[in-house]
Amino acid sequence: MNIFDPQGPIAAADATILVDSVAIMLAIVVPTIIAIFAFAFWFRQSNPRAFYSPDWAYSGRIELVVWSIPALTIILLGGVAWIGSHQLDPAASVQGTGSPVRIQAVSLDWKWLFIYPDQRIATVNTLTVPVGVPLNFELTSASVMNVFFVPQLGSMIYTMNGMVTRLNLRADREGTFQGLSAQFSGDGFPEMGFDVHVVSPLAFPDWVKSTAQSDRVLNADSYAELARQSVVTDKAAFRLDDVRLFEKISTQKLPPGPGPTLVTESAQSYLGAGHAR
Amino acid sequence: MLGKLDWSAIPIDEPIPLIAAGVVLFAILAVLIWAGVKGHYPYLWREWITSVDHKRIGVMYILLAMVMLLRGGTDAIMMRAQQTVAYHSNGYLPPEHFNQIFSAHGTIMIFFVGMPFVIGLMNLIVPLQLGVRDVAFPTLNSVGFWLTATGALLINVSLVVGEFARTGWLPFPPLSELTYSPGVGVDYYTWSLEISGIGTLVAGINLVTTVLKLRTRGMTYLRMPMFCWTTLASNLLIIAAFPILTATLAMLILDRYFGFHFFTNEAGGNVMMFMNLIWAWGHPEVYILVLPAFGIFSEVVSTFSSKVLFGYRSMVLATMAICIISFMVWLHHFFTMGAGPDVNAIFGIASMIIAVPTGVKIYNWLFTMFGGRVRFAVPMLWSIGFMVTFIIGGLTGVLLAVPPADFLLHNSLFLVAHFHNVIIGAVLFGAFAGYTYWFPKAFGFRLDEATGKAAFWFTLVGFYVTFMPLYVAGLLGMTRRMQHYDVAAWRPWMIAAGIGTVLLAIGVALQVLQLFVSIRRRDELRDTTGDPWDGRSLEWATSSPPPAFNFAVLPNVTGEDAYWRVKEHARRQDLDKREPDYKDIEMPRNSPTGFVCAFFATVMGFALIWHIWWMVGLGAVGAFATFVVFAWRDHDEYIIPATEVARIDRTNLAARRAALDLAGIAQ
Repeated sequence: MNIFDPQGPIAAADATILVDSVAIMLAIVVPTIIAIFAFAFWFRQSNPRAFYSPDWAYSGRIELVVWSIPALTIILLGGVAWIGSHQLDPAASVQGTGSPVRIQAVSLDWKWLFIYPDQRIATVNTLTVPVGVPLNFELTSASVMNVFFVPQLGSMIYTMNGMVTRLNLRADREGTFQGLSAQFSGDGFPEMGFDVHVVSPLAFPDWVKSTAQSDRVLNADSYAELARQSVVTDKAAFRLDDVRLFEKISTQKLPPGPGPTLVTESAQSYLGAGHAR
Repeated sequence: MLGKLDWSAIPIDEPIPLIAAGVVLFAILAVLIWAGVKGHYPYLWREWITSVDHKRIGVMYILLAMVMLLRGGTDAIMMRAQQTVAYHSNGYLPPEHFNQIFSAHGTIMIFFVGMPFVIGLMNLIVPLQLGVRDVAFPTLNSVGFWLTATGALLINVSLVVGEFARTGWLPFPPLSELTYSPGVGVDYYTWSLEISGIGTLVAGINLVTTVLKLRTRGMTYLRMPMFCWTTLASNLLIIAAFPILTATLAMLILDRYFGFHFFTNEAGGNVMMFMNLIWAWGHPEVYILVLPAFGIFSEVVSTFSSKVLFGYRSMVLATMAICIISFMVWLHHFFTMGAGPDVNAIFGIASMIIAVPTGVKIYNWLFTMFGGRVRFAVPMLWSIGFMVTFIIGGLTGVLLAVPPADFLLHNSLFLVAHFHNVIIGAVLFGAFAGYTYWFPKAFGFRLDEATGKAAFWFTLVGFYVTFMPLYVAGLLGMTRRMQHYDVAAWRPWMIAAGIGTVLLAIGVALQVLQLFVSIRRRDELRDTTGDPWDGRSLEWATSSPPPAFNFAVLPNVTGEDAYWRVKEHARRQDLDKREPDYKDIEMPRNSPTGFVCAFFATVMGFALIWHIWWMVGLGAVGAFATFVVFAWRDHDEYIIPATEVARIDRTNLAARRAALDLAGIAQ
């Protein structure tokens, strides 16, 4: 999950900006830290060779320098931020080979549902994508906020109920990578990790075909079951019954997740969600 | 009768909180009984609990902060221990307990350690530096302190009765809404902060009024010590920002208690409104904490370099610039919500701009040392430790203000390491520097140097060993608030951070030890002159501890570094041996208003949390009645006769003259 081991263009560009920004700042930070130690050491009280000028409190030249060095650095970094924000806008589409794959991600308590509307399939806690193809994500949440994040593929994005966020990524190497939720979402939060399988463009249709033969169907009923607070261990795959399911979730035509079921009347007062695991 | 409260609220089946609560209860009872047996209650009531003396209130604020630091620190140790062991296992804390602990840790450290520590130091020192006898509203000051204590008390009650929030230190909806958090945890959070927030607001109003309206003769704005300037800036921010917090939490309360839909999923509620509002308070809050610390460092660096602060006007400008810009950057807390590139870039650049005045401050402290005679006393060690640590924290902060970098690091342990880097590195180091620096002023004896230095080194090294690994873990993709994890690459860094926590804990233990050692050796460490560090501002011009009236004769200020000038003057011309013209002094009478008000506020807060409505009425009526009784008072001041003032001041002056004569001979 090392962000310095990027597997796609977005992750690589994010990481490059990160490293460049640190380098720009180190150029003034390192000399400043050295100067702090040097001044403190040289002007120690016990050093008879150091001069002492107790009333020296102003120098126009030094003032000019100390205001302009941070200002110039910030102008440079501000440029990096401006250009970087525009080039790496999560909503901006990414180039790639082949036609984009649309994926609709829904964060549930406490699992991820990935819907492939064009392929009419859906998976839980596992994301399978073809290598080199633009990945076009639409995201929402069934209940509380979460953040969709695959460190090696790049930019993260929030999921919120009643709202749709957009994210565009591309994976450039086959393999299995880890994704997680980067926003605390309750007792089952640490279980919200998921696998990202990046497969060859030839293997992807095969995977789609085999998944489409799943005997489990995702419809309003099985979605309601999923939306209940639970931690899942089996990575289920579904045939998608309703291609507009994501739209119904994000527009709340399907109601938000129900939250905790209370154990007993008397335990309501403090127990809350009870034991998640 | 008792609303939602019944026996199931006591966590009998959970040994960890039960034992912790038992130990705390036992300690409190032991102290109370000991104080009763020794007959300290009348003294405590007269001299401390009902005191409206800004110095006493300041000391009580700091004491509250230090006790809460132990509580918040215990939470930190438990969290780091959990993440050390919870690799491929559940650790020793179940999620519902772990989640309460990190929520309580953040809430306590910000609201009940950081805030009372800096407000306490400002209360203690600012009137002295301004050369006045008290703050603008002494009784209000006491009310503010006791309401803060109420908040702290309620949060600690949640350890025993019910639960604390499991939502993080900021209760983001919809997780904090009734649907997803049906327990009383979030209610403990909101009511604690509503009540203590009022306390903070009145403290802010009081200190701003004090700085603007109560300054001694000749103390113009541009002659005020830096600490007074940063106090002004910080308290202006309190007045502007805390009402936002109060209103935001009030909306959450309306959602939870009356079925409103400000932030719910349903009926048009909007969680992003909460995010915007809470950070519109939350980012200024960071500067509310750090600006006073900057002021402390300015005083300490100048005093221990025996030199005027370099670029005073630049510092003032930088302080006020930070004060204003800090309100324009809140969106950088959620770049990853998909706000669009223009918005992200503008808020990113605005956030970076704060680094300019902050950088200027660092350089000005640097050039204050240049040409000085640097004494490495404990406060100066904290200051140098701060300068280096804070630069690193600033670097990572500016890095997080670059939106594409934030896209990889948001909510990660890198972020956690960053804000601990600035909060510990600046606010806590500043608080410790101020504590060591002004302790002799408050109590008349210095703190033990050896244990102080040991505490500094353990804390500094402990900080780096704890938080540098967290930076690395964040770069390895580890997100915050994980109760357990399965990624092998994270494990070594969690173990390293665990070791660092042990070092930090030793540092804190050494500070406690330092206090005991210093009290035992207080006769050796006695400060007879009132000026143990060769100070520069007016707090050093009076005795340690100062008399109730601070200054027998209000000082006349002729320039910056007022007391330094007086000393120079005295050295040169051997003047100032005339007996001052003593007059009667009017001082405010003590009042139990604050304590009684806070007692009723505690009753009301607890009742609101548990839906015990008759008790809510009782608390509200009681608090209001206390206020009415206070408003009806006939006598609010008492007179200290001139003869008494003269008697107190003569002994003080004699010791001081002796010290000055000695300095004159040395020159």
